[in-house]
Amino acid sequence: MIIYQNVSKIYDGCVALEGVNTEIKPQEFVSIAGPSGSGKSTFLKLLIGEEKPTKGKVFLDKQNVHLIKDKDLPKLRRKIGMVFQDFRLLSDRTAYENVAFAMEVGGSTNKEIEQDVPQLLELVGLGSKVNQFPHQLSGGEKQRVAIARALIHRPSVILADEPTGNLDLLNSWDIIRLLLKINELGTTIVLATHDREIINNLSRRVVTFDKGRIIRDEEKGRYIF
Amino acid sequence: MIKTTLTRILKSGWQSFWRNYWLSTATVAVMTLALMVVAGLSIFNVMTQEVVSILEGKVDVSVYFHNDAEEAKIIQVKEELQELDEVKSIEYISKEDALAQFQERHKDDPMILQSLQELDQNPLEASLNVKANFASQYESLANYLSQDRFQGIIDKINYKQNKEIISRLNRMTASIQKTGWGISLVLALLAVLVSFNTVRLTMFNWRDEISVMRLVGAGNWFIRGPFLVEGIIYGIVAGAITLILLFPILYILTPKVSSFLPGINLIEFYQANFLQYSVLIIGVGVIIGGVSSLIAVRRYLKA
Ligand SMILES: Nc1ncnc2c1ncn2[C@@H]1O[C@H](COP(=O)(O)OP(=O)(O)O)[C@@H](O)[C@H]1O
Ligand SMILES: [Mg+2]
Repeated sequence: MIIYQNVSKIYDGCVALEGVNTEIKPQEFVSIAGPSGSGKSTFLKLLIGEEKPTKGKVFLDKQNVHLIKDKDLPKLRRKIGMVFQDFRLLSDRTAYENVAFAMEVGGSTNKEIEQDVPQLLELVGLGSKVNQFPHQLSGGEKQRVAIARALIHRPSVILADEPTGNLDLLNSWDIIRLLLKINELGTTIVLATHDREIINNLSRRVVTFDKGRIIRDEEKGRYIF
Repeated sequence: MIKTTLTRILKSGWQSFWRNYWLSTATVAVMTLALMVVAGLSIFNVMTQEVVSILEGKVDVSVYFHNDAEEAKIIQVKEELQELDEVKSIEYISKEDALAQFQERHKDDPMILQSLQELDQNPLEASLNVKANFASQYESLANYLSQDRFQGIIDKINYKQNKEIISRLNRMTASIQKTGWGISLVLALLAVLVSFNTVRLTMFNWRDEISVMRLVGAGNWFIRGPFLVEGIIYGIVAGAITLILLFPILYILTPKVSSFLPGINLIEFYQANFLQYSVLIIGVGVIIGGVSSLIAVRRYLKA
C-alpha cells in the first residue's frame, strides 16, 4: 500500500535520504528506527507531500504522491493521520474543538461531528477532559488529543513522528498501547522513534535508518545502536 | 454545505478574536487611533472649506456713484452687473438708505448728527454692494467697472482698499486647502500603515497554527477565512469605537472652535453627517483589517 522506489532527498547540499527502497503492507505496524538526523522525519514528510523527493517515487495506494496537485493535497492529508512529538494542537481551541476542526475542514456535517468527536475522545481515553485547552492538559493527554484528531477521517495510515519524545516512560507506553490498539482495529501504523526501550519491547517490524540509508529491515527487529 | 462552511469560518474568526482578547484589544486600540486620525482629518478638511466660504461671504466690493448720478442709470448698471457670471448678489443702497444707515450708526454721537443737520443736502453717495462667487473674481469685477463708459457716474470703487485683504484671502484659501489635503494624505497613509502592520504582527502569531491547519487537511479558504473574518471584526469594532468617541471629543472641542470661528459647530456638523461618517470610518476599518490579514496569511499559505 505504501511503496518507496529508489528515493533520495537532498536539502540544498545536505543528504537526508539516499536510495531508499521499501514497501509497507496494509495493517502493518512498522517502526522506523535510527539516530537523530538519520532521515526518519524526512521519510514521513515525503509521504504526506510536505517535501518532494529529489529522486525516486513514493506511492500511496498506487498513487504517486508527488504528482498530486497542490489543491488536492488537503484530500491526501485527510487520508493519512499525522502525530508529532510536539503535538501540534491549535492552542486557542479545546480538545473537543481541535478534533472537531479536522472534521470541519473535511466538510463533515455538524451531526457527524457531534457523533464522532466524543466517541474518538472516549476511545483515546480523554472522555472527561474534552473541554480543556491544550495548556490545561498533560503531555500524554495532548498526544491523545492529537491521536484522536489523526483518526477522524478513518485514515488507512497513521504516521507518528517521535510521538513519545516529550513524554515520560509511563505516558509513552500508554501512547504506544493506544497505537497498537488502533493497529488492531485495522489501521496501518508507521512509527518513527529513536527510543530503544520501545522498539525492543514491541517485537514488530523495524526498519533502521542511518545517514539516510536503510541499513536493516527485520520482522520482530531490535534497536541496534 | 457552503452555508455550514461559512458559519464555521465566521464562528472560528469570532472565537479567535474573542479568546485572544488581549491581542485583539491592542490591535483594535491601534486601529482606533488610526481611524481617529482619518476622521479628524476629514472633519478638518470639511471645516476649512466651510471657514473659507464664510470668509468669502464677508468680502464684497462697493461701487460709489457721484451725487448727481440719476437713480435710473444706477439701476441700469446694477442690472448689467447682474448678468455677469461672477456676480453672486448685488445690493443697491440709495442716498436715503445710506443716510439712514449713517444716522443709525452714529445715533450716540450728537456732534456728528448736529453737523449733518447743518448741511442743506444729503452728502452721502448711493452705492452698489457687489458680492462675487469666489474671492478670485473681484479683480475682474473691478476691472469691468473701471471701463470708460462708467467713468461719468462712478465716483470710486473701494476694491483698492479691499484688494490686499482679498488677495490674502485668496492665497490663504488655496494654501489651506493644498496643505490640508497634503498633510491629511500623509497622516492617513501613516495611520493605515501602522494598523496594517499591527494586524500583520497579530497574525504572525498564528503561523504555527496555520501549519497545523494545513497538516490536518484544511483547504486554503478554511485557513484564510477565519483570519479574514477576524481582521474585519477588528475594523468594525475599531470603527464603532471611533464613531462613539468622536461625540465627547467634538463636544469638548466645539465651544473652543466656535469661539474663534463663529458659525462653525463641529458637533452639529458631525451629527448631521453621522451616516456618511459611519460608512467612511467603518469602511476604512474593514478594508484595513481585511486586506492586512489576507496579506499576512498569504505568506504562510505558500509552500
Ligand atoms: N528543512 C531542512 N533543510 C535542510 N536540512 C534539513 C531539513 N530537514 C532536515 N534536514 C536535514 O536532513 C537530515 C535528516 O533529518 P531528519 O529527517 O529530520 O532526521 P530525523 O528525523 O531522523 O532526526 C538531517 O541532517 C537534517 O539536518
Ligand atoms: Mg525527526
